[in-house]
Amino acid sequence: MQKAMKKYFPIFVLPTLIAFVIGFLAPFVMGIYLSFCKFTTVTDAKFIGFSNYQKSFDPIFIHALWYTAAFTIVSVLFINVLAFTVAMLLTKKIKGTNIFRTVFFMPNLIGGIILGYIWQLLLNGVLQNVGRTLTYSSTFGFWGLVILMCWQQIGYMMIIYIAGIQNIPGDLIEAAKIDGATPRQILKNVTIPMVMPSITICTFLTLTNSFKLFDQNLALTNGDPSNMSEMLALNIFNTFYSRPGYEGVGQAKAVIFFILVAVIAIVQNYLTRRKEVQQ
Amino acid sequence: MKKFNKATAMALSAAMVASMAGGIVAQAAEGDAAGTGKVYYLNFKPEQADQWVELGKKYTEETGVQVDIVTAASGTYESTLKSEMAKTDAPTLFQVNGPVGLASWKDYCYDLKDSELYKALKSDDFALKGENDEILGVAYVIETYGILYNKALLNDYCALDGAVIKSADEITSFDTLKAVAEDIQAHKDDLGIEGAFTSAGMDSSSDWRFKTHLANLPIYYEYKADGIESTDAIKGTYLDNYKQIYDLYINNSTCEPSLLSSKTGEDSASEFALGEAVFYQNGTWAYNDVTGNDVADEDMGMLPIYIGAEGEENQGLCTGSENYWCVNKNASEEDIQATLDFVYWVISSDTGKESFSKEMQFVTPFSTFTDADLPENPLLKAANEYIAAGKTPVAWCFTTMPSEEWKNGVGNALLEYAQGTGEWDAVKTAFVDGWASEYQATHAE
Repeated sequence: MQKAMKKYFPIFVLPTLIAFVIGFLAPFVMGIYLSFCKFTTVTDAKFIGFSNYQKSFDPIFIHALWYTAAFTIVSVLFINVLAFTVAMLLTKKIKGTNIFRTVFFMPNLIGGIILGYIWQLLLNGVLQNVGRTLTYSSTFGFWGLVILMCWQQIGYMMIIYIAGIQNIPGDLIEAAKIDGATPRQILKNVTIPMVMPSITICTFLTLTNSFKLFDQNLALTNGDPSNMSEMLALNIFNTFYSRPGYEGVGQAKAVIFFILVAVIAIVQNYLTRRKEVQQ
Repeated sequence: MKKFNKATAMALSAAMVASMAGGIVAQAAEGDAAGTGKVYYLNFKPEQADQWVELGKKYTEETGVQVDIVTAASGTYESTLKSEMAKTDAPTLFQVNGPVGLASWKDYCYDLKDSELYKALKSDDFALKGENDEILGVAYVIETYGILYNKALLNDYCALDGAVIKSADEITSFDTLKAVAEDIQAHKDDLGIEGAFTSAGMDSSSDWRFKTHLANLPIYYEYKADGIESTDAIKGTYLDNYKQIYDLYINNSTCEPSLLSSKTGEDSASEFALGEAVFYQNGTWAYNDVTGNDVADEDMGMLPIYIGAEGEENQGLCTGSENYWCVNKNASEEDIQATLDFVYWVISSDTGKESFSKEMQFVTPFSTFTDADLPENPLLKAANEYIAAGKTPVAWCFTTMPSEEWKNGVGNALLEYAQGTGEWDAVKTAFVDGWASEYQATHAE
């Protein structure tokens, strides 16, 4: 069996490898090269060095950077705290937990663009009562996005937390109870350390998802008013398409964006991993 | 177990090879079918997507030449074109929207100087020229915009006691337009309407009516006063007029200015089509969107957009084109020839002309079209009446706006001004300073 695995390993890995090279590696290398070029179509580029990077840091991009950072912090906190709370509730012995779990998970199955438009209608309907719309100011857009992302992501993160909580051996909690620990102490000293792997995954997912958010941003506010609710990914997209000759700058921003997301993800992974305990 | 593994592996790899080979074979067959060159047109106008496909099929039936016509979704033409042009089977025929669009694509444009298509043009005004006078683009449709109005509702208003005017013909200046619009707004309940103007929506489906089409007027008058056709730095001489007309739109409309940011093009079109508003700024292309509702065809009229500039009583509607055909220089010789043959067939054969004028409702700048080929569109008739009456059409100077980014800047500032979160000065800055900086940004090497 072992021998057969070794023998046929290249054949089995080949389709995935080809797909990975075509779908990821090639565009990635090409993208980095293009960020140093001036071009209209991607096959017809002229090398110009670093000038795209010099043009990258325009005021709107800087604003998008802070706006995205603020959004990420707020939504990571909200989503994880709420998802964990819901997961705790739904691992208690109440009737119909399965139905609740399904219902909470469902928003995640709807695509971002559709969700964006649905929430735009809903929120505009509410704001209409005070004579405002979602794109009246970037604050509305910000909280609109937070609400939308919470609604979409809490269910998904909840499933991961539930899996983590159910994996805690019952005797650990029982032992803690016998030793006279209060529910709060159990939560702090047993449950949370034991679900640390889930926390790592969930913070990683919410962090990168919020940072890379595009469709929801496009559908909900499209950056209005005055690009003030524009997040990084949308800013890159708009740079690429709205000015002739700025395709390379958009590409350079995308490379900067990639480095940023990679650094943040690695740091986050390192920090939460350190807290994980062996069972 | 071992045997099973082997069999599975064999089956899987066989399936993989088969699917890849299948793809290659299919592609080869496609290439062979068109030995004499083929046409691939990336169409800009989504309103006519189906008619184009139909027309392409008819051409293939008649001549056997393969014609593929793809229409980019609304607002995604540039992005679709950018990715399509990078492919091996790139479009042989594509569109640019004027001098600024041409700037990105000039290296891809075939010189049409010797083509039948260019020779059929009535005037050189409808061609886009390169630095050495090569013909890089040819306009294929002429369009007109202004302020659409509902004749029945306006007549109702004229019949009111104390109406400012007695007939629509009296509106020949901004002052009259303003007086009428404000009076209609004041009497909207008597007239059973929601407002004088349809909502000036600043959603991306509608904001181009103000940041591009309406902004054309101050630019047109400035160019005219300075005797130029384009500029690297606009002065904004007529910005106060721009403010006047925009104020009129937002203050005498069906909705509160603070709600404008989410009003769409459809909102506006339906308000006009359902007779909820009298005036609606749009163009001849809007006919299909509004016809067949509460407004009868004979009740649709069009007024020039008066902004209070001197000599505007002789101003006509805004007529021009932002649809230019370009042929891809990098396509193979046969494909270029096939494309040129196809476009000439479209504008000269009976089938092509019929489709253009009857189905797509295009007015063209080609000498192959006669008066008998004019489409049945009341808005086009209104446009022709203005020309017949000797009014000067307003040129489409917005094709010289430096970039999309500039338009977005102006649009954003307009919206903030409308909803009260910004000042008019911001519009000025976006208009004047934005022009200079965008011009520099897009012209820097």
